[in-house]
Amino acid sequence: MARSKKNSFDRRGFLKGAAAGAAALVGTTPIAAQQAVPTRVAGAALAAETGAPAAKAGVMVLERPGSDFMLDVIKSLGIEYCCANPGSSFRALHESIINYGGNKNPEMITCCHEESSVAMAHGFAKIEGKPIMVLAHGTVGLQHASMAIYNAYCDRVPVYVVLGNILDATFRRAQVEWNHSVQDAASMVRDYTKWDDTPVSLAHFAESAVRAYKIAMTPPLEPVVLVADATLQEEPIKESNLRIPKLTLASPPQGESGAVAEAAKLLVAAENPLIIAGRAARTPNGLKLLVELAETLQAPVEDQRMRMNFPTRHPLYGAGSVRTADVILGLEASDYWTLVHDQTSFNRTGIEEKSLIRPGTKLISVTAQDLNHKSNYQDFGRFEEVDVAIAADAEATLPALIEACKRLITPDRKRALEQRGAKLAEAHKRVRDQARQQATIGWDSSPISVPRMTMEVWAQIKNEDWSLVSNVSNMMGHWPTKLWDFDKHYQYIGVQGANGIGYGAPAAVGAALANKKYGRLSVNFQCDGDLNYAPSVLWTAAHHRIPMLTLMHNNRGYHQELMQVQTMANRANRGVDRAHIGTTIDDPNIDYAFMAKAYGIHGEGPITDPKDLGPAIARAIEVVKRGEPALIDVVTQPR
Amino acid sequence: MRTFYLLAALILSVIAAQAQGDAAKGKNLFVTKGCYQCHGYDGHGGAGAKLAPRPIAVASLIAYARRPAGAMPIYTAKVMSDAELTDIWAYLKSIPDPPAVKDIPLLNQ
Repeated sequence: MARSKKNSFDRRGFLKGAAAGAAALVGTTPIAAQQAVPTRVAGAALAAETGAPAAKAGVMVLERPGSDFMLDVIKSLGIEYCCANPGSSFRALHESIINYGGNKNPEMITCCHEESSVAMAHGFAKIEGKPIMVLAHGTVGLQHASMAIYNAYCDRVPVYVVLGNILDATFRRAQVEWNHSVQDAASMVRDYTKWDDTPVSLAHFAESAVRAYKIAMTPPLEPVVLVADATLQEEPIKESNLRIPKLTLASPPQGESGAVAEAAKLLVAAENPLIIAGRAARTPNGLKLLVELAETLQAPVEDQRMRMNFPTRHPLYGAGSVRTADVILGLEASDYWTLVHDQTSFNRTGIEEKSLIRPGTKLISVTAQDLNHKSNYQDFGRFEEVDVAIAADAEATLPALIEACKRLITPDRKRALEQRGAKLAEAHKRVRDQARQQATIGWDSSPISVPRMTMEVWAQIKNEDWSLVSNVSNMMGHWPTKLWDFDKHYQYIGVQGANGIGYGAPAAVGAALANKKYGRLSVNFQCDGDLNYAPSVLWTAAHHRIPMLTLMHNNRGYHQELMQVQTMANRANRGVDRAHIGTTIDDPNIDYAFMAKAYGIHGEGPITDPKDLGPAIARAIEVVKRGEPALIDVVTQPR
Repeated sequence: MRTFYLLAALILSVIAAQAQGDAAKGKNLFVTKGCYQCHGYDGHGGAGAKLAPRPIAVASLIAYARRPAGAMPIYTAKVMSDAELTDIWAYLKSIPDPPAVKDIPLLNQ
């Protein structure tokens, strides 16, 4: 699988260091003056032969298309990759990227589905903390991409979506270009993007492109959409005095000092405080700050596992409970109400509910979600009656909160907190021991137990610089976070946001793409139901030589939904015997090793005997260390 | 009187056998009735609670299936008889204790 070095174009100087500052770039040497464009001329000759109207010779070759300037703007933002499957509505921008831009920063990543493009960008941002670009048709491409955009929106992840469209009807040619054009392209996803615009000039494009990036990167981080009109892309640059605005990212919003002081007072005085971390750690520093806060207060941390928030073997990890807490601090907590309430397991009008917390428990919320709500698509849950609500970015607020707490802790209070910490350390150890004890059950079973698969992998990666690039919450029974030693921010990418399936595989490939330049060993536990939405992303991984170890969590079904059907069947008192209809993925079983090979990836399996798993992982890791993806099909228990 | 005692002993042994259940049948029911979906093929738990080894008493198991809490689907006598639940209990009871944590090197790293 040796790969030839990519073509390197250096036809003209690019903006240097433009991400850090402003740059003007117009009127430089026209690209077309430096090269012939034979294919366009040949096409015109053919058109003439077939009787189609021939364009005037003067418009057959462009001096410099508008898409070159668009690319200059995009380059100024420091965007590393552009995920796309090709589309005619952005063909000029595509051409500018690969030729004018030398296919570098951004580099085109060939995807086979727009949902994969967006989910790859989603996974990339989880590791790198900044967006990459997605190109798609404004109509059919965006329709494919929309679910993945919704996932990113609910997961507070920046994705930079650029849509091709032909707004000027007189610029459209045949039927396809009418089908692929729309009056207001971004309207379809406006309910779950933070901002969009449809520029009508190149100067307008430059401003909106920089504005879009800034908005996407200001907490709460969210996807944005920019429409790159095909007329602007394909027509020569006519505007004079074009310039690229300076990008200065907005500082994230920090909690108001009075509210922070009130929160600190409650937390320091609490006998049983609890910290709930949702999407709290945006960056590696967020993880460090959360550790500092927990240690300052000697408070346990409940991790919603949406980000890599807290080291899993820290003595304060997972040792608390909302039932015993007297003060609860939610940091970018998702669906706060559900965290402190229980309700009946089935729907009916007037669902019964009960509070899980003790009377008088104080609730504190710090979340940037309070700064950005939408009405139609609702991702916020029931309204929670908190006592202190701080509308701010949690990570940005932590330094002030930590300092406020430290100021209030007297020597006597510090001794009491240390005693509490010792008890919590014991509780943490008990939780870990229980997990290991539970992992022993079915250790040698076939289908292979999830904890067995988890620990077979751990044995071979624990001394590597590894990164878990998949969601291992409900579908994996949380086993890796129960058993592995996570302590770095890039070691876990968390959940998908809106629970939209089909996210897992492309997000893993996107995260692995981000890990590639650091030489990290990316590990992906891949649910079978998820992979079957868009398995072609395996080819993308192979084509772009993205190293990643994938283990199929192949339980041959949509088990979450199977359980839902079981619940309904028994509620209707008809029994579960037919619940497998429409919910299982067998008869025939899918051969994922064969699938991997078809896409150009090392594939092994199906593996049903746990004793065969270790050697297969060792072989696959050898492949990954050569810089390529590898997949092992593991037939597993449901959870 | 001797006949009465023999008959009583026979009835009691049948009841006892029923109370013991049939582990082989129970293993099959554990799959066909969907128990493994949440509890794992070995009853180790997952989306649902850990059931094995050393399951709760059969009467408690039956009572819970008839009126479950949380996300567990209800199993009425119409969809699963007491005898079937007893067979499942027998299967769960037949599952041996797993190896100790200390004897599994992969769990000590």
